[in-house]
Amino acid sequence: MREVAIIGAGETKYGEHWDKSLRDLVVEAGLKAVEDANITADDVQAIFGGNMSAGSFVGQDHVGALIADFAGVADKKIPAMRIESACASGAAALHAGYMAIASGMYDIVLVGGVEKMTDLPGDMVTDILAGAADREWEVFLGATFPALAAMMARRYMHEFGMTKEQMALFPVIAHKHGALNPDAHFQREITVDAVLKAPMVADPLTIMNCSPVSDGSAAVVLTSADMARKYTDSPIKISASAFANEYISLHSRESLIRSVSTIEAGRKAYKMAKKEPKDIDLVEIHDAFSIIAIEGIEDLGFAKKGEAWKLAEEGQLNLDGSLPYNPSGGLKAKGHPVGATGVGQVVEIVKQLRNEAGKRQVDGAEVGLAHNVGGTMTSSIVHILEVM
Amino acid sequence: MVGIVTYGSYVPLYRIKTAEIARIWGDEPSHPEKGLGIKSKTVPAYDEDAATIAVEALRNALRRKNIPGERIGAIFVGSESHPYAVKPTASLIAEVVGAYNAHAADLEFACKAGTAAMQNVYAMVKAGMIDYGIAIGTDTSQGQPGDALDYSASAGGTAYIIGKDEVIAEINHTISFVTDTPDFWRREGQRYPSHGGRFTGEPAYFKHVMTAAKRLMEEMGTGPKDYDYAVFHQPNGKFPLRVGKRLGFTKEQIEQGLLTPYIGNTYSGATPTGLSAVLDVAKPGDRIIAVSFGSGAGSDAFDITVTDEIEKFNRDAAPKIWDQIKRAKYIDYAQYLKFRRMIVEVD
Amino acid sequence: MVVPRFWRERRYRYSLIGTRCPVCGTVYFPPRNVCPKCGRESVGKMEEFQLSGKGEVYSYTVVHQNVLGYKYQKPYVMAIVQTPEGPRITGQIVDIDPEEVHIGMPVRAVFRRIAEDGKAGIIQYGYKFVKDE
Repeated sequence: MREVAIIGAGETKYGEHWDKSLRDLVVEAGLKAVEDANITADDVQAIFGGNMSAGSFVGQDHVGALIADFAGVADKKIPAMRIESACASGAAALHAGYMAIASGMYDIVLVGGVEKMTDLPGDMVTDILAGAADREWEVFLGATFPALAAMMARRYMHEFGMTKEQMALFPVIAHKHGALNPDAHFQREITVDAVLKAPMVADPLTIMNCSPVSDGSAAVVLTSADMARKYTDSPIKISASAFANEYISLHSRESLIRSVSTIEAGRKAYKMAKKEPKDIDLVEIHDAFSIIAIEGIEDLGFAKKGEAWKLAEEGQLNLDGSLPYNPSGGLKAKGHPVGATGVGQVVEIVKQLRNEAGKRQVDGAEVGLAHNVGGTMTSSIVHILEVM
Repeated sequence: MVGIVTYGSYVPLYRIKTAEIARIWGDEPSHPEKGLGIKSKTVPAYDEDAATIAVEALRNALRRKNIPGERIGAIFVGSESHPYAVKPTASLIAEVVGAYNAHAADLEFACKAGTAAMQNVYAMVKAGMIDYGIAIGTDTSQGQPGDALDYSASAGGTAYIIGKDEVIAEINHTISFVTDTPDFWRREGQRYPSHGGRFTGEPAYFKHVMTAAKRLMEEMGTGPKDYDYAVFHQPNGKFPLRVGKRLGFTKEQIEQGLLTPYIGNTYSGATPTGLSAVLDVAKPGDRIIAVSFGSGAGSDAFDITVTDEIEKFNRDAAPKIWDQIKRAKYIDYAQYLKFRRMIVEVD
Repeated sequence: MVVPRFWRERRYRYSLIGTRCPVCGTVYFPPRNVCPKCGRESVGKMEEFQLSGKGEVYSYTVVHQNVLGYKYQKPYVMAIVQTPEGPRITGQIVDIDPEEVHIGMPVRAVFRRIAEDGKAGIIQYGYKFVKDE
C-alpha cells in the first residue's frame, strides 16, 4: 500500500449562498484545490464526491457525473462517483480517494464534498437530515435528528451529572474560533448565557447546541506521498484513514453515552498513524450537536468518560490550549454543509499544518486529527494528517 | 345462552369544561350545565380517532378476558366518525386482534351504530354462525364551533365480545324501532353535521326511545320495576332522565349509566359505554334495560340479565369507566381547537 | 401516496411484534432477519415475539421544532423506552405534561395515529406510550 498525501486544498465560504447552486459551489472548491495543487483539471484521474442528499435537497442525483461535467473534464471520460455516508459523506469520499491512491490504481484524484441545503424550507431540511437515522423505526415515530441527539445528551447528563452550562462551553469555544475564520458561516462570539437562553429545539438542546444549515463545498487533491513533492513544497501526509460503523438506531445500542464507532475508528487511526492522543496538535471534532463533540473528545481518548467539559472549562480547547479544538469554528460556527463537512475539516487541518490559518493559526501544529460522523455517531471516520 | 362475554371502554384523557366553551362564545358559563346537564366533555388527543379509541376499548375488553383472534367470527364497528369515508375501520380491528376469518363491516347510524353492531353480532351468534363476535361503538364526534353541539359532541367508545360460553350478561331480548325522521344529519363532504334544533327532541329522541322501550317491555312482559338499571341514549344530561321518568324509571336506576354530564355525548359510544358502567358494578341476577337512539332515526332496545359468571370475571383487569372519568386533564378552548384540528391549516 | 412501505409493517407496528433469536434467546424490536450475535446461525430461524408493551423511560426529549407531519403536535415528547423483554423502542409519550416525564418513568404502549400521508392519503397507526399508573 502506498502512502498518500494531500497536495492541494480549497473550499468555498460556508453559509447561505442564495446566489450559488450545487454545481457552482462544488466547481468553485474543486478548482481552488486543483489550482492549489499546481495541476490542471486534466491531470485528475478520478473524482470522489461526498454528498449526503442532493437528490432530496435539490432533486439532483448522479452528482459525480455533474461534478466532472461542470469542472470541465467531461471530455476526459474519467470515473466520477458520489460517496454517501450521511453527515460523514465528505470523510467517506476522502477514505475512498485514499484507497484509490494507496492501492496504486490512480495517481491523482480529486476528493470533493458538497451540500446545497438552503433551497428548501427548514422543516423539509430537518426531514431530509433525519434520513441519516432509521427512517422506519426512529424518524417515522417523530424523532428528528436534534431529538435523537437530545436523547443522547439527556442520558449522558443523567449518568454523569454534566450541566447545560458545561455543555454550552463547546459552542462558545467553536464560535470564538469561528470568529477568526473569514470563511465561517458565523463569525461572531457567543456566551454561555446566550446558548442557554436560545430557543429550545429538542430539550436539553437549544438552537445554539446545534450546527446550522449551511451551503458549501470543500475539496482536496491526493497523490502518493512519494510523488507529492513533484507538485508542492508543503505536502501533507494522510497518516491514517479509518472508518467504523455501528447500529444505525440509538435504541439498538448498548449505550447512549459513548460511540463505539468513534472508539473503533480512533483506535484504528492511532494504530495506522503510530500515534497516540497526546501526539495530536489540533483536532477538528464533529460537533453537529454539542453532545456529539463531547462524546467524540472522550471516545478519541482526549478526556476521561464524563469529563470532556473539564477540558473546555480549563481552557485546554482554546487555540493555545493542550488540545486546540475546532480552530475552524467547527460545524457549529464554520457551518455544516453536510456532504462538505468531512472534507472541510481536512482542508482546515491542511491550512493549519502549512501554517496558513491566519488569525486562528495553532502555533507549531504538525499533527492534526479530523473526526467526522454520520448519523447519531453511527458512522465514524477519523483522519490523521501530518507534515512531511 | 347468548350474551356478553367481555367488555371494555375507553375515553380520552383530555376534557374541556362547558363553562370554558361558553366563555369563548359569550354564553353565560353556567348555562350549558344548567340547560344541558353537561359539566365537561372528552376531547380526543391530536392522534386519537374513532379507530384508536376502538382499539383501546377492545384491548381493555381482552385484558378482562382474552378471546384469541382465530375464534372471533365477526367484527362490526359502529361510528359516525370512521377515520375514512371509504376504507373500513373493522379491517383494522381484525388486524389488531388477528381475526383474519371474521366477517367484518363498518356501520353508521348516527348515535346508535354501536348498538346496531351489538344486535348484528348477537344475531350471528344466536344463529350459530359464529362462536364469538366483536361489537364496537366508537366516535370522535364534532360539533360546529359555536353551535349547541360544541358543548356536547365528544369522544369515547366501548367494545363488547358477544358469544355463548362463559356469558357474564345474557341478552334476553332485543328489538328495534325505526322511522325516516331527519333530526340530525351530515351530507357527504360536509365537515360538520346539521340538526333540527328542538325537532331533535319530541319527534325524534323521545318518540323512538319510548316506542322501543315500551315494546321491549311489552314483549318481555316486564315493567320499569323489574329492572335494576336503565341506560338510555344520552345526548345530554337531561334527556335520559326525562325519558326515564316518562317511562316510569327512577333517577336511581339511571344514574350509574349516565355519563354524559362528565364526558359529553360519545355518540355511537354513548349507550354501550353507559351499559359498561353498569356492568362495572352489577351483581348476578341484576336486570338491565338499555335503549339507544340514533338520529335519522331509530332505537335499539336490550333486555339483559347479569349472570353468576360475572363473579369469576376479572373486571379489575382494565380500568372501570367511572375511574377513567375521574382521571382527566382539562384543556382550554385553544388547545381544544388544536387537538380537534380546527386550526386552519395552510398547507 | 406511499402505501406498501407501511402496510408491510402493520403487524409489528399495531401489536409490538418483534423477533427472537432461537439460538441465543435475544429479543429484537424492530424485527430482524439476522441476529447480530449469532449471524448465519440464526438465518431463517428468527421467530416472531410479542412484546408486553410495558417499559420505562431510558431517555427522552421534548421536541419544539416544526417537524413535517408533527407540526400541530409540538411540543411533543419523544423517548427511548427500555422494555423488560430486552429491546429498547423509540416512540412518543403522549397524554402527559412534558415536565412530568423523567428517566425511569414506567410507561405502557397505546394505539395511536402515528402519521398521515397528507389529507387524502393513508393514515398510519402504531404504538406510542403513556405513563403507566
